Amino acid sequence: MPFFRTALTGTLLARLCSVWILLTLVGAGFGAAWSGWDPEAIDWEALEAAPDAAHWFGTDLIGRDLFARVMLGARVSLTAALIATTVSILIGVPYGAFAGLRGGRTDQLMMRIVDVLYAVPFILVVILLMVVFGREPLLFFLALGAIYWLDIARIVRGQTLVIREQAYIEAARTLGAGRLRILLRHVVPNVAGPALVYATLTIPAVILAESFISFLGLGIQEPDTSWGVLIADGTRTMESAPWTLFFPALFLGLTVWCFNMLGDRLRDQYDRQTRGYTRNIASESAARG
Amino acid sequence: MTGYLLNRLLISGATFLVIITAVFFMIRAAPGGPFDGDRRLPPEVEANLLAAYDLDQPPGRQYLNYLGMLARGDLGPSFKQKDFTVNELIASGLPVSLGVGLTALLLAVLGGVGIGVQAGLSPGSFSDAALMGAANLGLALPSIVLAPLAVLVFAVWLGWLPAGGVGSPAHFILPPLALALPFVTAIARLTRGSVAETLLEPHVMTAHAKGLPHRRIVFRHILPIALLPVLSFLGPAAAALLTGSVVIEQVFELPGIGRYFVQAALNRDYTLVMGVVVVYAAFILMFNLLVDLCYARLDPRIRVAD
Repeated sequence: MPFFRTALTGTLLARLCSVWILLTLVGAGFGAAWSGWDPEAIDWEALEAAPDAAHWFGTDLIGRDLFARVMLGARVSLTAALIATTVSILIGVPYGAFAGLRGGRTDQLMMRIVDVLYAVPFILVVILLMVVFGREPLLFFLALGAIYWLDIARIVRGQTLVIREQAYIEAARTLGAGRLRILLRHVVPNVAGPALVYATLTIPAVILAESFISFLGLGIQEPDTSWGVLIADGTRTMESAPWTLFFPALFLGLTVWCFNMLGDRLRDQYDRQTRGYTRNIASESAARG
Repeated sequence: MTGYLLNRLLISGATFLVIITAVFFMIRAAPGGPFDGDRRLPPEVEANLLAAYDLDQPPGRQYLNYLGMLARGDLGPSFKQKDFTVNELIASGLPVSLGVGLTALLLAVLGGVGIGVQAGLSPGSFSDAALMGAANLGLALPSIVLAPLAVLVFAVWLGWLPAGGVGSPAHFILPPLALALPFVTAIARLTRGSVAETLLEPHVMTAHAKGLPHRRIVFRHILPIALLPVLSFLGPAAAALLTGSVVIEQVFELPGIGRYFVQAALNRDYTLVMGVVVVYAAFILMFNLLVDLCYARLDPRIRVAD
C-alpha cells in the first residue's frame, strides 16, 4: 500500500525507525537463540560481568546473559502490545461506530461515558486486577487492551458521523438493510483505515503501561521477563553494573520513540489525505440539501 | 452556566461512587484474605479479629458500613500496619505526594506551553524544528527510564543530589523534574499543533489586517483559543501524573501514598488500598471539575448555552 509505504519509509528518520522496529521484532523472535545463551542459564564464571565478546550486553547480578534476557523481554513487551492493541480495536471500533450511527441521545450518553473514563486512573485498576486474579500474563495483556480503546472509539465515532450521511448508507437503508447489517457491512469497513492508523499510537502506550506495571513488580514475573522487569532489576544494580539498567532502558526508550514517530507520520498523512475527502463530503451533502 | 456546572458536579459524584464500588468488590473477590499469611489463630481469636475489622458481615453490609464511615471522613484501620488508621497513613503520605505532583504539574504546564507556543508561532522555522525535536526526545524517556537514569547520573556519578528519601529541599529537585518531563513533551506537542492551526484562522488574519501589534494578537486572539485543547488535556494528564508518581515514589524512596498503594495491593491491605483509591479519585475528579470550570469561563459557547 503506497500510503503505508510513504509513511514508513518517506524520510531518513522514518526509515531508521522502521529498521529499528524490524530489528527488535526479529530479535524478539530469534534473538535469545543467537546469543548462544539461554535467558535463564546462569554463567557462574561471569556474575555481573561487563559487556564483552561472550556476553554482548554483559550479565546480570546472578550471571544471566543480558542480551538473551533483553530479547526475551522484547518478545513479552511486543506480545503485550499486539494483544492489547487488538483488544482495544475490538472494543473501540464497534463502540464508536454504534454511537456514531445511532446519533442523538444514545450517542451523547456513550461519548459522555468515554469522557468520564478518561479521568479514571486505569493503571491502578489494572494493578488491582493483577493482585486479585493472580499475575496471569494473558489476563494482564487483555486488561491493558481494555483500557486503551477510548481514543479509537472517539476517532471511529467521528468518522461514522461523516459516513452515515453518505448516499450508500441511505441506499442500503432504502433496500431494507437492518441496523446491524449497515454497521457491519458498510460502516466498520470504512472506519477500519483510521482505526488502524490510530492503533499505531496505541502500541507505544501499551508497551509503556506494561513495562510500568512490571517495573513495580506487579506484572510479569520471574523467570519470565519484560523490559519493565529488567529496568527494575537494573535500577537495583546500576551502581556496580550500569549496563544492567542501560540496555533495557535503551530498548524500551527507542522502541517506544520509533513507534510514536511512525504513528505520528501515519496520522498526519492520513489527516492530510482525508481533510480534502471530508470537505468534499460536507459540500456534497450541503448541495443535496 | 449553573446548569452546566450542576451537571458536571452530578457526573463527578456518580463517577466517584462507581469507582469506589468497583474497587470495593474487586478486592473482596480476591482469593485469600488479609490475615492468611499470619500464623494460625484459635477460632475465637480469629472471629474477634474479623469482627474488629468488620469482615464477619456479608459483603453488602460491609459495603454500606464502609460508605457510612466514608461519609464521616473515616477510612478505617489499616489491616496490615497495626496501630495505624488509614487516615493517619494518608495524612503522613499525602503532603509528600501532593508536593511532588503539583510541582511537576506546574513545571509541565509552564515548560510545555512555553515550548509549544514558541514553536507553534513560527511553524517550519529553525526554532520550531529545534524545540520540537528536543521535546520529541522526551517520548523516549518515560518515567521508568528517566527516573533511574537521573538517579544514576546526578546522584551516583556526579553526586550533586541525593538519590532518594526526604529531609532537605535538595531531595525534592529530581523527583518533580523526572515526573514532569514526559508531560512537558505531551503538552508542548499539543500546544504547538493547536497554536499553528489557530494562526490560520480568519479572525487572526483580520487582527493582522487591522494592524494590531503582534503581542496583542498573540495574547488576545491566538492563545485564548489555542490553549483550550491544552486545558482539557489537563484532566486526563492529572490522572496520568498520579500513576507516574507511583513509579517516582518507588525509585526515589519517597514515603508518599503511591508507595502505600503498591505495598497495600501486594499485602491485600483492603482498607489502605481503598483509602488511597478514594483519595486519588477525589483529587482527580476535583481537578477535572476545576478544569471544566475554567473551560466554561473561557469558552463562550458554554457560557451562552443556558
